[in-house]
Amino acid sequence: MDEWIFRRDILRCFHGKLYRGAREIKGSLMFVDGVEDAAYDEVVQIYGSDGKERTGRVLETKIGEAIVQILGERAGLETDVLIKFTGSTFRIPISEDVLGRIFNGRFEPIDGLPPIISYEKREITGAPINPVAREYPHDFIQTGISVIDGMFSLVRGQKLPIFSVSGLPHNMVAAQLARQATVRGEEEGFAVVFAGIGLRNTEADFFIEQFRETGAIERMVAILNLADDPAVERIMTPRIALTIAEYLAFDLEMHVLVIMSDMTNYCEALREISTARGEIPGRLGYPGYMYSDLATIYERAGIIKGKKGSITLFPILTMPGGDLRHPIPDLTGYITEGQIFLSQELSVRGIYPPVNVLPSLSRLMKAGIGEGKTREDHRYVADQLYDAYSRGVRARDLARIIGEVGLSERMKRFLKFAEEFESNFVNQDPYENRPIEETLNRAWRVLSVLPEEELVRIPRKMIEKYHPNYGGG
Amino acid sequence: MSARRGYIAGIAGPVVVAKGLSGVKMGEVVYVGEDQLVGEVVRISSNYFTVQVYEDTSGLRPKEPIIATGKLLVAELGPGLMSVTFDGIERPLEEVRKQIGDFVSRGVKVNALPRNVKWHFKPLVKKSVKVEGGDVIGEVQETPLVIHKIMVPPGVDGSITWIEEGDYTVEEPVATVERDGEVFEIKMMQEWPVRTPRLFKKRLPSEVPLIVGLRVIDTFFPVAKGGAAAVPGGFGTGKTVLLHKVAMYSDSRIVIYIGCGERGNEIAEMLEEFPQLKDPKTGHPIMERSIIIANTSNMPVSAREASIYMGVTMAEYYRDMGYDVTLIADSTSRWAEALREIAGRLGEMPVERGFPAYLPDRIAEFYERAGRVVALGSPERVGSVTILGAVSPPGGDFNEPVTIHTLRFVGAMWALDPELAYRRHYPAINWLKSFSQYAEIVERWWAKNVSKDFQQYRRKALRLLTVASEIESIASIVGESALPDNQRLILLTSEILKEGFLRQTALSGEDVFCQPRKQFLLLKMIMDFFDKTYVLIRKRVSIEEISRMPEVFEMMRVKEDERGIKAVEELYARVMKKLDELAEKYGLTLGGGDMRG
Repeated sequence: MDEWIFRRDILRCFHGKLYRGAREIKGSLMFVDGVEDAAYDEVVQIYGSDGKERTGRVLETKIGEAIVQILGERAGLETDVLIKFTGSTFRIPISEDVLGRIFNGRFEPIDGLPPIISYEKREITGAPINPVAREYPHDFIQTGISVIDGMFSLVRGQKLPIFSVSGLPHNMVAAQLARQATVRGEEEGFAVVFAGIGLRNTEADFFIEQFRETGAIERMVAILNLADDPAVERIMTPRIALTIAEYLAFDLEMHVLVIMSDMTNYCEALREISTARGEIPGRLGYPGYMYSDLATIYERAGIIKGKKGSITLFPILTMPGGDLRHPIPDLTGYITEGQIFLSQELSVRGIYPPVNVLPSLSRLMKAGIGEGKTREDHRYVADQLYDAYSRGVRARDLARIIGEVGLSERMKRFLKFAEEFESNFVNQDPYENRPIEETLNRAWRVLSVLPEEELVRIPRKMIEKYHPNYGGG
Repeated sequence: MSARRGYIAGIAGPVVVAKGLSGVKMGEVVYVGEDQLVGEVVRISSNYFTVQVYEDTSGLRPKEPIIATGKLLVAELGPGLMSVTFDGIERPLEEVRKQIGDFVSRGVKVNALPRNVKWHFKPLVKKSVKVEGGDVIGEVQETPLVIHKIMVPPGVDGSITWIEEGDYTVEEPVATVERDGEVFEIKMMQEWPVRTPRLFKKRLPSEVPLIVGLRVIDTFFPVAKGGAAAVPGGFGTGKTVLLHKVAMYSDSRIVIYIGCGERGNEIAEMLEEFPQLKDPKTGHPIMERSIIIANTSNMPVSAREASIYMGVTMAEYYRDMGYDVTLIADSTSRWAEALREIAGRLGEMPVERGFPAYLPDRIAEFYERAGRVVALGSPERVGSVTILGAVSPPGGDFNEPVTIHTLRFVGAMWALDPELAYRRHYPAINWLKSFSQYAEIVERWWAKNVSKDFQQYRRKALRLLTVASEIESIASIVGESALPDNQRLILLTSEILKEGFLRQTALSGEDVFCQPRKQFLLLKMIMDFFDKTYVLIRKRVSIEEISRMPEVFEMMRVKEDERGIKAVEELYARVMKKLDELAEKYGLTLGGGDMRG
């Protein structure tokens, strides 16, 4: 009978367990006495004396008491409420009709169309993929962004976050990625599931507009929790998005790109709830279980053996105060398979995408590149770019102290390389889509600033094949 | 025995409070709720007890039943463990997948050891022989790489009344033992409570190094077989890659890898690589000598807490057969966090950063289960458990409880350094911050098996690296060209050491595993180069002339040469010749440069 949870008219006739009156309401928590056997994580409906209806979830239960987390608007709520325990955990109806639709953090449509009705229901918490059922990701995704394709290649089934700072064009990068990402040799693009977590209205509009512009809207599902929506719903937003993504990937065999912005807002919501429950705080007041909690989101990316679809996860988070050691980027980095850093410094200098190359990393890159996947020289070129750039950056730091004239000839060359690399390799237009060959050829042209002997990371035969001096590039 | 039943009184996350049942024991396994989720009793009070549940508790309700099993959390031990991937409470994941599909849902019950497989048992003792706990009575070829010794369970003794070669399942008796008219059947499977260390006769000192083939570890910061090492490092510093390589190439007979709260794709990678990678001695896939315990970060937290004990109990079991076992735990920080989370839900008083006060005890108990021992029973067998634990300090800052307490209980630390990782210098083990208390102990092994000069070269190289780092900090202020030539030579040599010795690829090719002999030759080459050049520099030969030598760059790359040791020997001779020629040019004579070492 619980198929009808979201049909409220029918819900009213449903014979659920009804209680009247809460003992206490504290923040988003409601303490209900006299409840005998509420299930842990069970969904409750709350009918306020103001005539409004809200949804909640059981956070803790014992004989005689249930602690309920209220989702949605709390203002106007009194202790005199009707509380209905629905008997089931939070599930969403799911069908192919979700494509092209926009929902809020409670999975109610906000695009003016009717709700999804389906007998197929999924628990939004999901279940962990059995590690032995996982297929190790191998397929290179061409994003058309040189610095990502060339140096931090993304593969299908990977989770690769953008670590950014407020004010940087991370949304632009994410949108470009969503527009351009393809797997070579395959016609179809990705289906995109977008989870907007605590986004400002303009940001959300920007994403929707971007998808609409490219016609990607039919292959997109958006779950939007806006900055003025209740914070507690931020806990559900990414989980609803991933439940849909799992359905698209593992039932409909689609390749799904999930973009989640901004995970920092998610973590803030987690902290808010944890504090309201009076839990023992960990670092900076974030709960001690934040690592495990984030893992239940990020680890839902992946590929399953014998299934065609995949989930590639692209979370965006803004580092509070630009601090990498802040618990949010720190715990994320421990779970995800690499990270792409954006840098204020490059952005100020007008470089787009402002990717800070040195601390960025893609852990699954090695499996996705090379002969037959991208090109045989890819790995060596990437290593060489990285090595030379790190020397260039060191030269630049040194020049700040002792002046450029104090640098050795060799160091000056690396400094010149770094400039060249930033402006001709990293820098590109937000609407420019570079195939991997072009990216690699560009890399060779930038490397040719250095004398051939300095290219120690590249085998001789590759140099002779691809170096501009030998007709390559 | 009739089932002992109680009921659920309250639920908060993985912690369930139960009532209506007396006489439960601490650590007893219980089945919780209608779905019979597995849990363990963690606290007992006069009228209620608290259970930590190893599975997701969503949907569980108060008043659902709880069934006590009367047993502690045990590991099933016997043939069938090798080459299998288990979860934290020893459920074989491939079997789980067959039963319930690609996602791990709740309440699934699978035996750790398959009950229907027959193993060929070969007796090693005869009828009427007197045996006691720990004695080997027979063996089973478990995989082509592992002979599984069947041992008398602890506490059983008497004379053998029946033993016969044949094919048996793990539950069928393979022998019977009688004492004072009491008959005991010995089966191939035994159980052991995971939180209790297995017994042994006596502890031996650890004096043989575990050769892992990575120069920075084997030469500078070795770990001895039976020792313990910690690998702390922030994310992106290459902990997991390093530990994977150790699992693949180290010279231990058995490897047990615990993926504890880490990434699912890393387990997928191991499962893809291990069956392909051949053991160099036998040509069989290394999977045949490995056990993987996978409790990834999104799997239930309390099973993560148990996974560490499960793994170390299996390690001790194979140790008792007389094997050298390496146990890798990636990452112990996630295990400590699981402890913290459960402690928090139990309302225990937090101390440092929310961790419970018993954290140091738990860490110590775990690392103390490493060791080289003489096993119980006869024939005499010496086995070892070496523990390598990854530590993931928040923010990469080593000044936090898990790192601090771990370092108190291990003999070696491989400190991973983000600066090195940013420069793609892998393994990113910082040579100034790492330590090994085993270095002096295993120097005897090196003197005996590789070269008596090893110790001298090792110390000299470490000293040079330390001095070089001091000079580097000066150079970053005044510029390198402002330094005197002898200091620039130290910098040049440290550059060669870093590039040509410390840095090593993890991907493929000649340099993935470096034999001890080759490690020594490379080190000797670089340090002899330094000694000779130092004399030249003192006699006013310019550093430019030295650093222009093509051999300088060759020393950085010879490690990758496919001809191996031969290439090093050849280059060594050339470098020495070149320096002698240079000396001659300036009318000097140089001593040394003898390859025999």
